[in-house]
Amino acid sequence: MSGRVGIVIVSHSADVARGAADMVRQMVGPEVKLAHCGGAPGGGLGTDVAAILAAIGAAWSAAGVAILFDLGGAETNSEMAIELLPAERRGRVAICRAPVVEGAVIASVEAAGGATLAEVRAAAEALSA
Amino acid sequence: MPIEEALRRRLIRAAADSIIAHAAELTALDQAIGDGDHGLNMARGCTAVLDDLDRIAALPLPGALHAIGMTLVMKVGGASGPLFGTLFMQLGRSLPETPDRAAAAAALAEAIAAVKARGRSDVGSKTMLDALVPVQEALGDPGPDWRTRLPTVADAAAAATAPMPARRGRAAYLGARSIGHVDPGARTVALIVRALCEA
Repeated sequence: MSGRVGIVIVSHSADVARGAADMVRQMVGPEVKLAHCGGAPGGGLGTDVAAILAAIGAAWSAAGVAILFDLGGAETNSEMAIELLPAERRGRVAICRAPVVEGAVIASVEAAGGATLAEVRAAAEALSA
Repeated sequence: MPIEEALRRRLIRAAADSIIAHAAELTALDQAIGDGDHGLNMARGCTAVLDDLDRIAALPLPGALHAIGMTLVMKVGGASGPLFGTLFMQLGRSLPETPDRAAAAAALAEAIAAVKARGRSDVGSKTMLDALVPVQEALGDPGPDWRTRLPTVADAAAAATAPMPARRGRAAYLGARSIGHVDPGARTVALIVRALCEA
């Protein structure tokens, strides 16, 4: 495995996604690839499978990608996006069931420290334990 | 029963037009117990399907259903995109090109199983499944006049979601306060079933 786990933030709101990404960037440098998306296809609150796929691509790392999401539809659409990935990438994306802002910050700090995808996910999900 | 291009076009248009025409009602149902975007989201998905109708209707039935599902996945913008998208994509995988009633019932059962897996849900949680499952059972019944029976079954099943407390989706946050409102996903299923049976 090489590189750091990438982080994707998926929110119903483009503003929330951007704001959470800003908070992550305050904590970690460019060694952690970070992408975010928010808003329905064509605008308004919601999530967009194509945008999630693009974000996964932008944050792609051989170490895998961790997704942080805000509410139900963002999770369902993230699961759908993972299924639409090429088979060799599908198993290297993890959805973290954690509060989106805190989870993204914790996950990216873990990623910056060289944690594996499973470790990144566990650290984020420990917030909800 | 052969489902030719002209019939495919009529069925797709009937279902999509019905959802678009009822978008305000669906949104009102969703405002009562959810985030209020179901009607708008489904209408956006259906409009995208109609925009692509020439290509989709020209495909054989399985391919057309798969294309409808993928369009909903990519365009709806809420959880209903993957949920209704999975329903149609699995129907596309399971239905033969010229299905009879029994084949349609079997394919719908497989599509319902896919929706259950996608939503990690089952009947009784105030979701689209509470309309889909009774419709599938009615479709599996070889009795006469299934085209007139199915819309009645679907309407009754959607109405029967009102007393249920929501256990999935945004409505689950409301808990007992979701009681008394019809689930918008179940209502959408009833609208699609009626539109298809009456087209």
